[in-house]
Amino acid sequence: MYTIRQFLRPSNVEEAYQALTAARNNTVLGGCMWLRLGHRAIGTAIDLSGLNLDAITDTGDTIEIGAMVSLRQLETSELLQQQYGTLFRDAVSGIVGTQFRNTATVGGSVYGRFGFSDVLTALLALPAQVKLYRRGTISIEEFAAMPYEKDILESIILPKQIYAASYQHMRFQATDFPVLTCAVSCRDDVYRISVGARPQKACLAYHGSSPDAQRITDNLNFSSNMRASADYRRKICPVLIRRALKEVQVCR
Amino acid sequence: MQITIAINGKNYTRLVDPDTTLYTFVRDCGCYSVKCGCETTNCGLCTVWMDGTPVLSCSVLAARAAGHEITTLEGVLEESKQFTDFLAAEGAEQCGFCSPGFIMNVLAMKRELSNPTESEIQQYLSGNLCRCTGYAGQMRAIRKYMEVEA
Repeated sequence: MYTIRQFLRPSNVEEAYQALTAARNNTVLGGCMWLRLGHRAIGTAIDLSGLNLDAITDTGDTIEIGAMVSLRQLETSELLQQQYGTLFRDAVSGIVGTQFRNTATVGGSVYGRFGFSDVLTALLALPAQVKLYRRGTISIEEFAAMPYEKDILESIILPKQIYAASYQHMRFQATDFPVLTCAVSCRDDVYRISVGARPQKACLAYHGSSPDAQRITDNLNFSSNMRASADYRRKICPVLIRRALKEVQVCR
Repeated sequence: MQITIAINGKNYTRLVDPDTTLYTFVRDCGCYSVKCGCETTNCGLCTVWMDGTPVLSCSVLAARAAGHEITTLEGVLEESKQFTDFLAAEGAEQCGFCSPGFIMNVLAMKRELSNPTESEIQQYLSGNLCRCTGYAGQMRAIRKYMEVEA
C-alpha cells in the first residue's frame, strides 16, 4: 500500500521543481494508474494538473504534447492523425479501457520509461524531443536511454510533418500488457524503427534507408518474463517489423 | 487536508488524507453504486464521471478531484433508466456487481460517439469486465438502446 504525506498542486513549474528536489521521496504524479499497485512512501505528491500541460498544441513547425495530456486525447487527436496517421491511435487503443486512458498521462508514460510502454515505442519512431524543466530539450532516444533523475517533463515536441507510420503489437489478450511492440515511421525514404516490451524499455532499433527486419532483430537484446521467453520475442520481432514496413509502404 | 468535491451537483467538504482515493470519498458521501472490484485499474466497476469524462475512481486521488464535478450513477438515474430496462429485458446481468460502472460507461459512450460500430462499442467498453454474462446480452441491450436513442 502506498502512502502520501502531503499533496501539492503548484502554480508554476519552478515551484513544482523546488518541491520535487526538496526531499528524496517527493514525487511528481502522472495519471496515478499504477500508484496503488506499489508500496511507495511518498513525502510530497506533486500534481501538475494546474499547469496547463493538458493540451496538444499546434505551434506552427511543431506539435507540442503537454505532459498531462491523457492517452485518450492522444488516441482521438485529429491533429496527430493528420501528421502521423493512426500511429498513436493504434498504439494506445489497446491499453486497458477508455476510463483508464482518460486518466493515464503522456508524461507519466514517458517519464516512467516502463518496459511495456506502448507510448514510448510510438514516440521513438518519430524524431520526437522531450522538454525537461532542468535539463532542457533532448531527443526522445537520449531520454529513453538515460538514467532516472529528478526533473519535470513538461512536454513532448514532434515535428509537424507528415510521416507514414505504423504501430504493431503482440498481446495474448486484449487490454493486457504487450508481449512485444514495434513502431515504424518513414519520411523521405528514411525509416525509424523502434521496438519495445522486449521486455526492456523501448529503444530506437533502426534509423536509415534500407531496413532489414531480420538484421534489426539480430542487433536487439531480448529477455524472458512471465509473458514470453526471449526466444519467442526474437521470433516474432521480425514479423512485427515486416508487417509495419508493409503498412508504411502502403501509406506512402 | 480539507477538500470540496461536487458530487451529483452537491458540494461535499471533507477532511481527507492526501492518499485518499476518489472511490473512498464518493462512498463516504453515500454514493454506494460505486463499487471496487479489482483494485488494479482493470475492471471498470468504480467508473464515475469527472467533468463528464469516465474515469476509474479507484485510481484518482480525491485531492486531485477537488474542484471538479463528479457524477455517479445516483446522479443520472433518469438517463440510465432506459438503458437499464434494455439490460433487464435482455437478461444481460446476473450478479449485477459490475452494472453501475458498466452503465456509466455506456452512457458516456452514448454522449461521446454518434452511431458507433460494433467494434467501436467493444473497444470503448473493453475496460468494463463482467464475469457472469459473457457480454452477449449486454451487446444486445446496447444495440437496442442505441437504436432507440438515434
